[in-house]
Amino acid sequence: MAFEYEKYLRMDKIPHLWCPGCGIGVVLKAMLRAVENMGWNKDDVAFVSGIGCTSRAPGYIDCNTLHTTHGRALAFATGIKLARPAKHVVIFSGDGDATAIGGNHFIHACRRNINMTLVVVNNNTYGMTGGQHSPTTPIGYKTSTTVYGNIDPTFDICMLARGAGASYVARATVNKGKQLEKYITKGFEHNGFSVIVATANCHTQFGRKNKMGDPISARKWIADREIPLEKAREMKAEELKDRVITGEFITEEPEKTRWDNYNHPVHEYTEAYQTIRDKAQEKK
Amino acid sequence: MKKSVRFYSGAELVAIAAVDAGCRFFGGYPITPSSEIAETMSLMLPKVGGTYIQMEDEIAAMGSIIGASLAGEKVLTATSGPGFSLKQENIGYAYMAEVPCVICNVMRGGPSTGLPTALAQADIMQAKWGTHGDHPVIALTPAYLEEIYELTIKAFNFAEIYRMPIMLLLDEVIAHLSAAIELPDKERLVIKNRRRPTVPPEKYYPYDTAYGDVPPMANFFEGYRFHVTGLSHDKTGFPTTDPEIVQADQERHLRKVNSKKSEIVDYEYYKMKDADIVIFAYGSTARAARVAVDNARSLGINVGMMRLRVIWPLPDAEILKLCSKSKAIIIPEMNMGQLSEVIERYAADRTKIMRINHVGGVPIHPTDILNVIKEAL
Ligand SMILES: Cc1ncc(C[n+]2csc(CCOP(=O)(O)OP(=O)(O)O)c2C)c(N)n1
Ligand code: SF4
Ligand SMILES: [Mg+2]
Repeated sequence: MAFEYEKYLRMDKIPHLWCPGCGIGVVLKAMLRAVENMGWNKDDVAFVSGIGCTSRAPGYIDCNTLHTTHGRALAFATGIKLARPAKHVVIFSGDGDATAIGGNHFIHACRRNINMTLVVVNNNTYGMTGGQHSPTTPIGYKTSTTVYGNIDPTFDICMLARGAGASYVARATVNKGKQLEKYITKGFEHNGFSVIVATANCHTQFGRKNKMGDPISARKWIADREIPLEKAREMKAEELKDRVITGEFITEEPEKTRWDNYNHPVHEYTEAYQTIRDKAQEKK
Repeated sequence: MKKSVRFYSGAELVAIAAVDAGCRFFGGYPITPSSEIAETMSLMLPKVGGTYIQMEDEIAAMGSIIGASLAGEKVLTATSGPGFSLKQENIGYAYMAEVPCVICNVMRGGPSTGLPTALAQADIMQAKWGTHGDHPVIALTPAYLEEIYELTIKAFNFAEIYRMPIMLLLDEVIAHLSAAIELPDKERLVIKNRRRPTVPPEKYYPYDTAYGDVPPMANFFEGYRFHVTGLSHDKTGFPTTDPEIVQADQERHLRKVNSKKSEIVDYEYYKMKDADIVIFAYGSTARAARVAVDNARSLGINVGMMRLRVIWPLPDAEILKLCSKSKAIIIPEMNMGQLSEVIERYAADRTKIMRINHVGGVPIHPTDILNVIKEAL
């Protein structure tokens, strides 16, 4: 049976503002299927985003939705989650939103290991503002601000998340909606901060400047670069040049705790804060 | 009943009053001279089931309190000059999205890192115009410890009544001062809470002006499933670029404070009855001014003081009256004349405005003011 997206969408807000064939739609659909997999009540879920094409996604979802300022979604989300730890808080962010202007919030949300799920749509550019280069634009590629080719080295968002302390980290491309759905669902199930990176096409801005201005060639470019983690493990570094590794980078069992760099167990943040409340309220 | 008389600092009183007003969430980032507020909140909030979090910077601190407020909590953040600058982006968001919150700024010298540990009243204009765009503003300036408690409660009430960020401006002396004071009886406090929707979710709009200029506010997770954005939006909360809707909404934002000015403005007269020279002051400088008034009076000079407890909005009618009946208005400020410049516009040619502007980090002494009073004669 076909999935009933209408159940989760604000149908009166459709048509959406994204370009036909934009990768964000695939991510939104995977997200909604993941919500269905969890059986969450729509009243209990908040979708939070920053600014950008990606960040328009929450507006289409029939839940509690918050479209914040550029890069700051995780800060707002942290306030919501701490105030209502039993509720589900999910964040949509673009690559620029999450790792440029929001980079500080990103690493600290990972470090706190607060039970929220961040989905980063990495389209290698600032889609909304006309395709300028972002912290994930590959070296050599053209954007509206790197007309001679980009020289800025890139972030690997998954490695950044892992290094900063996120406790579930995975990447899939928009060519594989099922895999995205699986990872987002696992992120939801995970008790801690989860980051799922969706490698996506922005053919309109990034594609057009790099001879792949239509969705099909832009997605082919993604497919050609993709290499699953299991295969990548057996390859030499030079073979991995220009490749995007997909898979699960950290998959901790829910009952296992994360260990910080002093080998201390890291608890989920809202649970840890509850122990603070208990301590403060102890009768002497 | 046991009276709670003990030593409190100004900073502690902000925290205590916040908790008494029902504040259950604090998001902050350390900065002198405001850190004692965060420290006290970190101690108090978990005891009452609330949450304290130290965020990665002031931008995040401001974002976190907006999120918690949307989830239904009364919220506070505290900072000082440079941190206040960083908060401005999300303060603008709170104005636009109409999210109740209180921002305490313990002012220090600026611009930039300026004078971290010294007294100033440097952010009178930043409190009004710090973020981009037009918006209403309510800012309170307590001068005494008891008043910090009282005006903090008032700040939370204003935030809830008007669905907007409220600025609580302390100067360093006021925040760090300690004295034995008696807290008011908690049972007798007047505490306001945001107006809640009375309609079922399918009939609810987060910015429904059918209920007046301050629309009822649902919280997240209560079944209303609404959308919040910093983009210009219509009553449904979704973005719009319709010029008429945007214009009307901006006008409503200003009107929700302007139409209630008489209920918001708050000032005190001191020995004003026969005064023809008036000192116009706020915050800790008003304490020096009060001594200067007494000293001048003992010399037989007819001088009085008008002290602002709420600095924005200003009591227009009273200031105009002051301008037309006084020989001179003396405005002592620990900045280069941020308020004086505004009052000069009220005065036009009607009276003489005499500024006292200290930005060196040392308090304005009563003698400094007395000297200007003598000049005004
Ligand atoms: C403080 C601030 N700076 C800059 C902008 C302009 N801006 C809007 S979206 C955007 C970049 C969006 O890129 P990304 O986060 O990758 O999202 P995408 O549009 O690609 O999905 C920028 C720079 C802004 N809105 N706010
Ligand atoms: S500009 Fe790019 S990211 Fe934005 S909607 Fe179009 S294709 Fe998608
Ligand atoms: Mg992008």
